Amino acid sequence: MNGRLERSALSGVLVREVVNFSSFWKSTTFSSTVQPTIYLIAFGFGFGSLVTTVDGYDYVEFVATGTVATGVLFASVFPAMFGTFVKFQFQRTYDAILAAPVDTEELVTAEALWIAGRAGAYGSVPLLVGMVFGLDPAWGMLTVPFIGFLAGFGWGSCGIMIAGIVKSIDGFSYVSAALLTPLFLVAGTFFPLTQLPHWAQVLGNFNPLFHCVQLVRHASFGWQGWADVGHLAVIVGFGLVMWRLAIVFLQRRLID
Amino acid sequence: MIKRYGEITAVAGLDLDVPEGTCVGLLGPNGAGKTTTMKMLTAQAIADEGELEVLGHVLPGDSKAARAECGVVPQLDNLDVTLTTEQNLLVFAHLYRIPRAERQAAIEWALDLANLRDRRATRVDRLSGGMRRRLLIARALVHRPRLLLLDEPTVGLDPQVRQELWALIDNLRSEGTSILMSTHYIEEAQRLADTVTIMSHGSAVAVGPPAALVAEHAGAQAVEVYGPPARLMEVEGAARAQGLRTRRTGTSVAVLGNGHGLDGERRPANLEDVFVVLTGEEIV
Repeated sequence: MNGRLERSALSGVLVREVVNFSSFWKSTTFSSTVQPTIYLIAFGFGFGSLVTTVDGYDYVEFVATGTVATGVLFASVFPAMFGTFVKFQFQRTYDAILAAPVDTEELVTAEALWIAGRAGAYGSVPLLVGMVFGLDPAWGMLTVPFIGFLAGFGWGSCGIMIAGIVKSIDGFSYVSAALLTPLFLVAGTFFPLTQLPHWAQVLGNFNPLFHCVQLVRHASFGWQGWADVGHLAVIVGFGLVMWRLAIVFLQRRLID
Repeated sequence: MIKRYGEITAVAGLDLDVPEGTCVGLLGPNGAGKTTTMKMLTAQAIADEGELEVLGHVLPGDSKAARAECGVVPQLDNLDVTLTTEQNLLVFAHLYRIPRAERQAAIEWALDLANLRDRRATRVDRLSGGMRRRLLIARALVHRPRLLLLDEPTVGLDPQVRQELWALIDNLRSEGTSILMSTHYIEEAQRLADTVTIMSHGSAVAVGPPAALVAEHAGAQAVEVYGPPARLMEVEGAARAQGLRTRRTGTSVAVLGNGHGLDGERRPANLEDVFVVLTGEEIV
């Protein structure tokens, strides 16, 4: 059933998302701005009074860039999981879309692109908030939305895949507790991986979010050459694998 | 075509033909395989055996081209409820690839068709049940499909709204749209369908124009006798003695044929009588 991706099919699905977004953008924008602000204030005042530098960065620099990755994760994997599940199970939206000249592959690709775009935009908000708290602007930060887009594509696809696998919406509790919470904490977001035992540091290197955090920090405070090419490769590879898996699992779920 | 789900065979060797410009009704009780049949026509279920051709396109390989020329009205309302009437049509104008220059005209045409012009800016969750159904049909027609698939188009609606939709569907057929409609309402099939395929357990038990099916399998009329259970048993015995067929409908016994000397309500025989005669089951 997998063929080529037709532009008109992708744009049809994207138009639906954009038109729907016009009815709830305020709440989404509110939560994705307020959440990182609270993180920055809480961690900034909480730890910032205990530590001034972490890994050679000012603590506000460390947390603001770490929160970007958190923001990307929250803006991609959760909307993808719940949105996908609700759209096929409760709203039956996907029945209607797949009855139109749109294949599952195109549906998944368009949804992942849309989520990636949102994650890129909202994921960058913590940098703006951080600037209010004393983060110095840098030209490299202009690449952060693109990093957020690439990482958001992978995490969005991952969320779609999970939605295609779980039997009921309660299944998301297991996924977010056992998988997403450790991934989000063992990524060097709020404390460096070097604080963890060796085995956890090794595991951390397999965490795509860790590579996103590193790339955002280096974009903001100075590129690190080949190391950053490696981080980028992991993010892109993660995205490609998750994208294909999301198509396989959602197809299994949607087509009898 | 044949479709199995594990041990269960949902569609067991069904032959179905929708001649251009006609309305074909799929009539059968819940679980007869009507919805599965509909899903196979849009490749949302893949047949295990058999050949499917929709508007000249062989499925599932060419299903996308077929889907572009079909409109689907699902049994369950899946409109985007936080969007307006017009936004719902706009989204589907994109999904069905109506060129930019023709998009607005198509939306206006669909709004007129569903008589929703003055509700264009109303959010769907503020529309009445009947309006939502009309919008669902308009949404399926915005790209002027050659074949319309209607899955239980009036299920759960009050009689007035149902008649309103019947008029709309009848109008479409008279304008040349081919229609395949599944239903478990006898009256709906009898009124709208040129040909009816009566389904039971995944296969067709009878095919033909409604009137011809009734004449062939149930005769011209039936007598409906009401009474306490003992009286109904008595009537059944008397009818069988005359060589007539009977069926129970809860509070009454229907005797097919003339039923001389029976004290009851005479009515024309209908498709439900045909179904019961052929399968021994009730439709509703």
